[in-house]
Amino acid sequence: MSDASKTIVLEARGITKRFPGVLANDRVDLTLHKGEILALLGENGAGKSTLMNMLYGLYHPDEGEIWIKGEKVALKNPRDAIDRGIGMVHQHFQLVPVMTVAENVMLGSEVTRGAGYLDVREAERQVRKLSQQYGLEVDPTAVVEDLPVGTQQRVEIIKALYRHADVLILDEPTAVLTPQEAQELFRIMRDLTNQGVSIIFITHKLKEVLAVSDRIGVLRAGQYVGTADPKTATEASLAEMMVGRKVILQVEKAPAQPGEAVLQVKSLYVKDDRGQTAVAGIDLTVHAGEILGIAGVQGNGQRELVEALTGIRPIEEGQVTIAGQDSTHFTPRKNTELGVAHIPEDREKHGLVMAYSLADNMVLNNYYQKPYASGIVMHNDAIYAHGVQLVEQFDVRTPSVMTPASNLSGGNKQKVIVAREFSRPTKLLIAAQPTRGIDVGSIEFIHKQIVAQRDEGVAVLLVSAELDEVLGLADRVAVMFDGRIVKTLPITEATRERVGLLMAGSEA
Amino acid sequence: MESSLNVNNWLRRYGFLSGVLVIAFVIIVWRYAVDPQVTTAVLASTLRQSTPLVLGALCGLLGERSGVVNIGIEGQMLLAAFIGFLASVYTGNLALAIAAGMLTGALMGLLLAFMSVTLKMDQIIGGTVINILAIGLTGYFYTAGLTTQGKLQPIPLGPLADIPLFGRVFFNNPPITYATLILVMVVHYVLFFTRWGLRTRAVGEHPSAADTVGINVFTIRYVNVIIGGAIAGLAGAYLSLEAVGSFERLMTNGRGFVALAVMLFGKRTPLGSWGAALLFGFASALQTQLQFGGEIEIPHQFIGMLPYLLTILVLAGFVGRTRDPKALGQPYETE
Ligand SMILES: Nc1ncnc2c1ncn2[C@@H]1O[C@H](COP(=O)(O)OP(=O)(O)OP(=O)(O)O)[C@@H](O)[C@H]1O
Ligand SMILES: [Mg+2]
Repeated sequence: MSDASKTIVLEARGITKRFPGVLANDRVDLTLHKGEILALLGENGAGKSTLMNMLYGLYHPDEGEIWIKGEKVALKNPRDAIDRGIGMVHQHFQLVPVMTVAENVMLGSEVTRGAGYLDVREAERQVRKLSQQYGLEVDPTAVVEDLPVGTQQRVEIIKALYRHADVLILDEPTAVLTPQEAQELFRIMRDLTNQGVSIIFITHKLKEVLAVSDRIGVLRAGQYVGTADPKTATEASLAEMMVGRKVILQVEKAPAQPGEAVLQVKSLYVKDDRGQTAVAGIDLTVHAGEILGIAGVQGNGQRELVEALTGIRPIEEGQVTIAGQDSTHFTPRKNTELGVAHIPEDREKHGLVMAYSLADNMVLNNYYQKPYASGIVMHNDAIYAHGVQLVEQFDVRTPSVMTPASNLSGGNKQKVIVAREFSRPTKLLIAAQPTRGIDVGSIEFIHKQIVAQRDEGVAVLLVSAELDEVLGLADRVAVMFDGRIVKTLPITEATRERVGLLMAGSEA
Repeated sequence: MESSLNVNNWLRRYGFLSGVLVIAFVIIVWRYAVDPQVTTAVLASTLRQSTPLVLGALCGLLGERSGVVNIGIEGQMLLAAFIGFLASVYTGNLALAIAAGMLTGALMGLLLAFMSVTLKMDQIIGGTVINILAIGLTGYFYTAGLTTQGKLQPIPLGPLADIPLFGRVFFNNPPITYATLILVMVVHYVLFFTRWGLRTRAVGEHPSAADTVGINVFTIRYVNVIIGGAIAGLAGAYLSLEAVGSFERLMTNGRGFVALAVMLFGKRTPLGSWGAALLFGFASALQTQLQFGGEIEIPHQFIGMLPYLLTILVLAGFVGRTRDPKALGQPYETE
């Protein structure tokens, strides 16, 4: 497919972008050919989203040129980019939750009759047409907040196609998708390129890159470090290009030495936000010095289980014992004081206060204790020093510890949480999707940390939608389906196939 | 099956509302049979009392739907009432006076938009600035004894105005009252059925989503707040040019704040606000009737509390239960 005769649809030449204290893009050159899928790789904070936001007119380059279809352009705002056929699906979806699919799709380019009268019927018809043409199944009359993330993503893609985008930028589209949804997305991407659309695809999952892309570009610390060919590249070679050193993709660990039970859960029942039973009678035990991995397709009650155990969600029935204490109705703070560390699934909602500095975020659950406070007086020096140390130790890429959390790249936000939770003595670690949106180098680091915690005698409950992560880390695997644990296997018996079948609900 | 489901849905959505309307209708007809004159008077007064409230609520909801809290409605009304009155005194032209009032409101809206959208100031403080500014300016420049040629007079709409009860109440009103009824319909239509309305609501819910599809968040907020200001200005003009015919210190008397309660009660929809305003207007009309009808032996101070008591009850019961636009009160940051 790829050869020099292919036309270039989009080109960045020598793009530089600075934020206060950060050189986010450093003379980046990037080309996109017609009908190809270009995968863009790079560590957290390498400047991928920043570059894409400039191609979409949201940010403005400090230096350099953008060429679209052979024409040099100055994109003042997204409108300019949209008019030139650029569409973008953002790392965080840009949909109005209370509006319908059709309303979201037409917003900004509405179908109207007469003096601005919205023709909702016609918009719905157009959405249906697009959804048929590209195999993007979605109900145009549904309200967006009722839709699962996979469907919301399809809405975002339809939004771009509705605006006649022939260049599509997908910023970490698979980070929040289940493996099934991701497969569906890849099929859609293939369909789109066959119809002449060109795609830039950002992800941290190297398997996906090799499977779906035509060409691979790599950014490191704001610079474009090279192009790779998916036919010859391997996961290891890509990882090395991104990080600049060899990365160990498979965690090395000794067999577990389980001690006494730390977490004991007896016939637990929990409801979800809509009042339906989401956890329907779960029993489980996690011992000191072992990692229990929970595998399962997202939405089978994992989130509610974790929230109940950490005290964020009320428990309907059943009993939870942590380190010998009945913690069934403990508040999150009491759980924390008991020695529970929690890496939440939704880092923006439950993990960080976006407007606070990193230093403050890093003492969010023990700011009231020594050495960070005595009585009502805060010791900002201690908090600052603590922040500096963790940023160093956990390699958080940030201009300073006083930077607000909202300014960090997605993966670096995650690292802040991990740093905080790993920096105090714990007995039980509950980690939900701990490496979502994180680059391979940092995944390696976080995985090592989790194993190190285990070896120090911490009981670890790991919940992950990535089967590879569960199988790579866990000592025992519990498979969750429909609010229940259908089977618990020692890691030696947990093969991909067997766990996969159990996840799909068939008794194996 | 299908149809019974529809009936159920209909009942759930409109059942309560229709119930209230039917009861209200029965009571009105009954009272009319007993005492036609008083009933007509109370209802006519209800409509007029509700006018500044619904206008204020329209101002509030245009701002809030786009994400800007406006607690400066009171000040916008007050200053507009004053300027409108001065224009009437010095030009003798009531149409010009109304325009002056609306322009004043619009300029106050511009000021609020500048503070909250461009300067990204706390919006409650921005609104307070407007209120204090209006009280200060009107108090300072007010001179007693200014008089005008008169106030806006009712325009009976031909034979319609002769229909007993409803005709008298609805089709025999001065211009701003008519204009208000039309504005309610227009704003409702614009907000829920047009491109502008869709964009306004999107900006109030999720400004960055609007930004990424090429909508200028700042423009949308500015225009809505300014138009809202003009509508609040019309409410001010109503007070000094239509209801009273002169200006008095602090003549808005808290209506700008009651309008916020009306807006919340009406779930930030124009039609809902109109219904809520009628309820508040009725409380005021009843209060006047009870005070001067002299039928019941309750100290007039207590009766005078009626509309404000209703405000407190509504606010206590409704705030927090209505769903706020997600981006309400938050300035929009780019880059
Ligand atoms: N609005 C902003 N203000 C200040 N700094 C910013 C802003 N946006 C990004 N940055 C900084 O620019 C750098 C690049 O961030 P960017 O979001 O482009 O990274 P990324 O490659 O997309 O990473 P990730 O994989 O974690 O999403 C980071 O150091 C980040 O902290
Ligand atoms: Mg990013």
